[in-house]
Order: sequence, then structure tokens, then C-alpha cells
Amino acid sequence: MSLSTVFDIAGSALTAQSQRLNTVASNLANADSAAGPDDKAYRAKQVVFSSVPMGAAPASGVRVTGIVEDPSPMKQVHDPRHPLADSKGYVTMPNVNVVEEMVNMISASRSYQNNVEVMNTAKTLLLKTLTLGQ
Amino acid sequence: MANPIDNAFKFHADALNLRAFRQELLAANIANADTPGYQARDIDFKKSLQDAFAGRQPTVELARTARGHVSSAAARGLGAGADAALYRTVVQPSLDGNTVDMDVERAQFAENAIRYEANLTFINGQLKTLLAAIQG
Repeated sequence: MSLSTVFDIAGSALTAQSQRLNTVASNLANADSAAGPDDKAYRAKQVVFSSVPMGAAPASGVRVTGIVEDPSPMKQVHDPRHPLADSKGYVTMPNVNVVEEMVNMISASRSYQNNVEVMNTAKTLLLKTLTLGQ
Repeated sequence: MANPIDNAFKFHADALNLRAFRQELLAANIANADTPGYQARDIDFKKSLQDAFAGRQPTVELARTARGHVSSAAARGLGAGADAALYRTVVQPSLDGNTVDMDVERAQFAENAIRYEANLTFINGQLKTLLAAIQG
């Protein structure tokens, strides 16, 4: 039944987008974390999306296949009074790009909304189909 | 479907099934709007409906230019809908290879939903007509 697969497909997208939103939240929260549990500065994390077959042959949902650490160089801030400063007075700060993360957040929330809309439409159509002939 | 009542509904039943299938494809496109390399797909509704009504397997055939070539659908052994889905051409291609244009997909999704509902209305009307004929 094609229409009920729409729920699986849109649902998979909702899961993926909320995971992306979660990563954004983590990145923004740790934008200034000079030291984490491993005593190193926080590295920005990004989700990797890929499509997975779902329902009838060509249709596919989406899945987060992994979370990768941003390879871009860490920020070096000159602050000799900081307890974590090295011998030259530099502190290694996270490589989180706050502007990029905000854009990512907006994009994720818009995609999430789109998929909610898709689910609502599918629900309306299914309910109408159930009342066929009444 | 030899029964005349079945025959009366066959067209709309086929159309409804195709609409539901297309809705699924469009939902998949919207779901994969942020997936790198994903290519948006859709069906040629008119051709698919003609195929379904004529009882043909809806397929997009590759041109067979030599005697040794095998039918693409038969060779791949895929289901009915699989080969009917075409790839969308993009107006503004994106760098990550994704070909989903959200405006197009949303518009098509809404249109398909309305046509699905229209189909349901037609079936309801037909049912009412038949009931009126039976009950007098």
C-alpha cells in the first residue's frame, strides 16, 4: 500500500533531520568549549545523509549513516592568562562556525516542517480513502 | 475483471493506485531534499495510466539497436513501478549532485493530493449512481 509507505519515508526524514538539529545544538552549545572530556578542544560535528530503499522499488527514505568531525583547523586565540594557554600564550578553541551552524539549523527545521506537511497530507488522503462509499 | 461493476471501477482504481504510487515517489523526493547525490524521480502519469489500463507493465524501454539486446525491464527483473519512474531534469543544479527542487516537489505533491481526492470523489459519485440504479 503506497500511501502508508509515505509515513515511513517522511518519518525517516524526520528522524534524520532531528538528528541533524541535535548535532547543530551540540555544536552551538560547545562553540566555546576549550576542553572536553579528552582534555582537547571540541571539534564541530556534521551528519552524513544517505538514501535507503523503502517501499516500492524506486522510492527511498533517508538515513544518517554517520557523524563526522569537521576537519577544518581549530581556532587559535591569544590569551596568555587562560589556564589552558600554551607556552606562546595561545589557546586552542573549537572550530565551530556559528554562522554556518545557524544556517544549518534553519535548513534542518524547514526540511523537518516540509516532511511533517507531507505526513499530514498522506494522513488526510488515507482517511478520505477509508470513508470511500459512505 | 469480467464483472461489469468491476469494469466500471477499473479506470478509477488504476488511477488511484498510480496517484498513491506517485505520492510515495514525491514524498521520497521531499525526504531526500538534503541527501547528497540523490536524484529526484517522478512518473509520466499519462503514459503510466495508459499502460496500467491496457494491462501492460509500465516501463521505460531502452532503445534496442542490435539483435542481441535484451529488454531492459525484463533483464533487470524489477517490479511494475520501478522502470516507470523517470529522473527529473534540474533547472538549477546543486554542487552535491542533489536534483531535488523543493518548489517543484511541493507543488507536484499538492497537485497530486488534490487529484487523488478528485479521484475519490469520482468513485463516490459512481458508487452513488450504481446504488441508485440498484435500489430504484
